[in-house]
Amino acid sequence: MAETKTLPVYQQDRIDVHEGETIVSCRPHSLADVVFNYCPGCTHGIVHRLIAETIDELGIEGTTVGIAPVGCSVMNYDFFNCDMIEASHGRAPAVATAVKRVHPEAVVFSYQGDGDLASIGTAETVHAATRGEHITVIFINNAIYGMTGGQMAPTSLPNQVTQTSPYGRDVSKVGYPIRMCELLSTLDGPAYIERVSCDSTAHIRSAKKAIRRAFQNQVDGVGYSFVEVVATCPTNWGMTPQGAFEWLRENMLPYYPLGVYKDVVADGFANAAEAALARSADCPIAQQGRES
Amino acid sequence: MAQTEERVLMKGNEVLAEAAMRAGCRYFFGYPITPQTELAAYMARMLPKVGGTFLQAESEIAAINMVYGAAAAGARAMTSSSSPGISLKGEGVSYMAGADLPGVIINVERGGPGLGGIQPSQSDYFQATRAMGHGDFYMPVLAPSTVQEMADLVYLAFDLADEYRTPAMILADGMIGQMMEPVTLPLARNLADLPAKPWATTGTHMRRTHNVVNSLYLTPQKLEDTNRERFARYDVLIAKEQRQELMLCDDADIVLVAFGAASRIARTAVRAARDRGIKAGLLRPISLWPFPTNAFERVISGGCRAFLSVELNMGQMVQDVRLASDGRVPVSFYGRTGGVLPTPEEILEQIEGLAAELGRDGE
Repeated sequence: MAETKTLPVYQQDRIDVHEGETIVSCRPHSLADVVFNYCPGCTHGIVHRLIAETIDELGIEGTTVGIAPVGCSVMNYDFFNCDMIEASHGRAPAVATAVKRVHPEAVVFSYQGDGDLASIGTAETVHAATRGEHITVIFINNAIYGMTGGQMAPTSLPNQVTQTSPYGRDVSKVGYPIRMCELLSTLDGPAYIERVSCDSTAHIRSAKKAIRRAFQNQVDGVGYSFVEVVATCPTNWGMTPQGAFEWLRENMLPYYPLGVYKDVVADGFANAAEAALARSADCPIAQQGRES
Repeated sequence: MAQTEERVLMKGNEVLAEAAMRAGCRYFFGYPITPQTELAAYMARMLPKVGGTFLQAESEIAAINMVYGAAAAGARAMTSSSSPGISLKGEGVSYMAGADLPGVIINVERGGPGLGGIQPSQSDYFQATRAMGHGDFYMPVLAPSTVQEMADLVYLAFDLADEYRTPAMILADGMIGQMMEPVTLPLARNLADLPAKPWATTGTHMRRTHNVVNSLYLTPQKLEDTNRERFARYDVLIAKEQRQELMLCDDADIVLVAFGAASRIARTAVRAARDRGIKAGLLRPISLWPFPTNAFERVISGGCRAFLSVELNMGQMVQDVRLASDGRVPVSFYGRTGGVLPTPEEILEQIEGLAAELGRDGE
């Protein structure tokens, strides 16, 4: 049975609800009424929807600023109704950092693919995380460069065939995929890191919960939050949408296990800073106060 | 930070920082590099005291993209570096130009190419005025020659950047950056009086449709249209924002053209030439882009018979001098590079050589 929705105040004039009618499903207000440029079977659209639902539910559309990446989702600055900035390739975390510093009351999120976040923007990703920037990062990992036609990504699996690994990713020559959740969870800066997928209804529900947490954390001042979505690219994987989901379950999920990698709140801390302080309990200088 | 004009003795790099703060800059992002370190250190010390943000970025690339973000968010923001670091910022400056974002980039130049050296140089003239990044764009480039001008020009750069919605650059060098001189600091701007930026991504607050800061236009006609609109703004800049100093040019036969540190040495050489009865003058471009071509017209119509471009490089601005002269007056060049500074005597020798040639021509 469909869940009955209550329209937020700012959306009530958008849809006429007549006597005796209830809204069971509608486009989130913060999701633009435009045609997306995504292929059938790609999960960008689902993740956009989950983000928009979250923005609506938290009532933060008016204070949210999103950073679009370079990649298939480059034009998502037109897909959300909140203010949006298009960043250069990989630099979204640096841009987000500055926006948040200028408007600490804003909710700032970046939306990035694997080439953007884990290859050309690795430094920006790692350093925004270790600074504990109060931003939300949504990471779409589909193990390939989609926009440019299917090149090997930093997260392409061993032996995965792509345009630039035509004989399969040879790990003896080009090395191994990066597991970003695991890597970032070693840092003190992040408050919350979770890996989810959108390959099934159950997983979409978990993904929604994670994305909502990642935004809620920012509203609550808990700290840097990172959600990786293991995603499909049927077009460049050369599969049907159904085949792509099967391949994701068979190959991606064993390599990129779903789950929570860091959650300072679950660990009993109010925020990332408290958790970091506890971790460095034996380091005298780290426990000292500072001149201000 | 005082609310009144103050006369103080300060180092060039620190003056850049102090004047930027007085111009309303509250966000500074940088990465350590010689010879501009005092600027970042000053910002780190002083910005928090006025509620601003100093952030040492993980790289030059991150720093310029933080400026991009802060500018998109509507703030006056700045980054500073020196030559090799400026190369890394090229991508970000191009994106700022493409997205019509104001912001100030300081280049306290050192010798190049590559890692080069750490002594003063002017070898980034081409980069600053021609090819700071990919794509069709220019930006205002201002070249201080004194510590006072460090203050005045960084202040102006923020205004030009906002007015024309463009990144703007201060092209200084290690010599002006490291020297101390008396300086009258400009008044601190009231942040509330800075220009409104209705295009900024501040959050819609559900009061307007969403703002997008972007440089991507996949439709060729749209991209051409935005570039043409930007170049129309450049036309206004070229018409209104040329700046230069003319010294002893009214009756000059030989006009030296020099900016920044080189102009200080050229000035001494011009005086020495006058002492020897040679009618020399100095045209000192302050805005390197737009290049002060109108001043060249004045000097040429005033009877100038030779230009001598003096630069701390292998000959870069001299190309603009030739374009401005347009074949009407012969142009020659004298430069030292790699951090080597010419002596006034070396330049005087060049002037005397030119005077001798003119004398022969006149016979």
